[in-house]
Amino acid sequence: MSSRDKILQQVKQHQPSTRALPKVEIAVEDKDWLADFKARLETLHVAVFEVSDNNSIGTIIQNNSKATDRIVTTMASLKDYAVHIDRVEEDAHQLENVELAIIPAHFGVAENGAVWVTDALIKYRVLPFIAQQLAVVISKRNILANMHQAYSRITNTNYEFAVFIAGPSKTADIEQSLVLGAHGPKSMMVFITD
Amino acid sequence: MSHTKNTIAHADAAAVFNKDEARVNWHDKTLWFIREKRDKISHSIDEWEQLREYASQIKNNVLSNLSEYLQQFEANAITNGITVHWAADAAEHNAIVHRILKQHNIDRMVKSKSMLTEECGLNEYLEASGIEVIDTDLGERIVQLAAEPPSHIVLPCIHKKKEEIGELFHEHLGTEKGASDPEYLTAAARQHLRETFLTRRAALTGVNFAVAETGEFVVCTNEGNADMGAHLADVHIACMGIEKIIPQQQHLSVFLRLLARSATGQPITTYSSHFKKPQPQQQMHIVLVDNGRSIHLGKEDFRNALKCIRCGACMNTCPVYRRSGGHSYHNAVAGPIGSILTPNMDMKKNADLPFASTLCGSCTNVCPVKIDIHDQLYKWRQVIVQEGYAPTAKKASMNVMGWVLSSPKIYDMAGKAARWTLRNTPFVVNNKLNPWFKEREMPAAPKQSFKEWYKTNRKIHE
Repeated sequence: MSSRDKILQQVKQHQPSTRALPKVEIAVEDKDWLADFKARLETLHVAVFEVSDNNSIGTIIQNNSKATDRIVTTMASLKDYAVHIDRVEEDAHQLENVELAIIPAHFGVAENGAVWVTDALIKYRVLPFIAQQLAVVISKRNILANMHQAYSRITNTNYEFAVFIAGPSKTADIEQSLVLGAHGPKSMMVFITD
Repeated sequence: MSHTKNTIAHADAAAVFNKDEARVNWHDKTLWFIREKRDKISHSIDEWEQLREYASQIKNNVLSNLSEYLQQFEANAITNGITVHWAADAAEHNAIVHRILKQHNIDRMVKSKSMLTEECGLNEYLEASGIEVIDTDLGERIVQLAAEPPSHIVLPCIHKKKEEIGELFHEHLGTEKGASDPEYLTAAARQHLRETFLTRRAALTGVNFAVAETGEFVVCTNEGNADMGAHLADVHIACMGIEKIIPQQQHLSVFLRLLARSATGQPITTYSSHFKKPQPQQQMHIVLVDNGRSIHLGKEDFRNALKCIRCGACMNTCPVYRRSGGHSYHNAVAGPIGSILTPNMDMKKNADLPFASTLCGSCTNVCPVKIDIHDQLYKWRQVIVQEGYAPTAKKASMNVMGWVLSSPKIYDMAGKAARWTLRNTPFVVNNKLNPWFKEREMPAAPKQSFKEWYKTNRKIHE
């Protein structure tokens, strides 16, 4: 008998009689969650900018970077300010020297500051991790209260890889001292658009 | 680089840890600080208790339908293009990983945190076969360089001082001698591991949750090391215990709300990565590991321990863990949860662990999936004594105790003798041979027993 069959048989034999699955229902206050989202992002060391148009994003990016920095974006609307990546053309390892990556997110979650990003939005899965700095663009109309709302939105959407990102990469492994920039981005900006 | 497994009994290993009182106090305080952060953030969620109840019920449902969910997960993962492997035990798990690496002629691999691979001894096995494994979680890399196992499932080097880490990095990564600033040391590790990520063709990750409904799996990290490894590699191997299955994608909402808050007091980990399909030109493998779990599932009193989501909250709150250190539990998973999981695998080797507890119940109170941890500790003690695995000294003293307690006359005499001894010849008991006097002073013994006192007083008041 294969290990698979042996394991499944033993599990079947030992599993207890069926216990019902609960229906998860958490009431959510009906309100605008933007202020909570912004406040949460600040606790995650994220720089938050409310912007009216792409020009404002471009200006902030330019003010925060050097001319020699490699800046890339997966958003066609920002191609005046960064090198536009619209499809996978090269080996992902070539992204190693990206200083700043600007990507969109589907929505943000107020309770934890996480933004939901799928592979279609980033082209290269490694992009939001390998860049030294990350900027995420999100519409203020897409701020949800909590993770239950988030998964209601995610159900039945298509992705091959997706990730919740909540701030820059970090570690506190050395004596519980928080250090930003463990392996991924050392800093993160969130641009909130209309 | 392999580490030596500690097989000294918990109490003896704890005694060694306790020699440095200042360090014990520091360790205790650091973990309590994390417990307090967990309290603060959990109290800020109105529905916290409701979430714990949901999580517990979902996990009960999982255990009661595990064989069906495993097959559903397997079918969906295969449809997604993932190769699924089944390992009955640690040896088979290690052999599967080795075979995959050999097929691709890979002899160097990066690995993000996986307590399962610690449980299976994968690093040691692969290194013996000439394959280099580099742990990429900062804490895990630190203990790997120190040739030690992790001492905590979430905070692998919580037992180490920054000066010791500075010394290790000086030796292995060439940092400045005497440098111990966490920011400086983290930057050095970032540089060293970036080069590693860019040059390794295989990455192994753990799995936090595997969704039966969709065939996807979720990996949570703060550092981004699982993603850096997996996305840059030709081969991604994810290893999971069979109990990591959850039924539906929407259930992730409950578990992701509970996990990081319980673990470190954060609202969520920086990254919660959902892996559904391999990238083009990439291979993705999942190894489903039993290693005693299917037997454990059949033990009614103990099966709830399989609900564990590995947050480590029970360790941070445990007065014994905080003062004895993770290494004294001689297993990949230490603390209260380790003490109820490991006797299932090897009762003789782990017979000491259910006794490494005060049974205060704090672990049960903080557990996000409502495992009855302290009740199980108590039940394990009875099983261990019945099966004849109790430590000899404990067995002898329990026999004497049983004899004394079975007769009121002997009990009265023994009490009298003990009080007399403590008052007049304390050195008879207060010595190295009596473990009750280790790190403890006994209170002054009263002249009479409660029974005698009650008799006299009742007479006065009648």
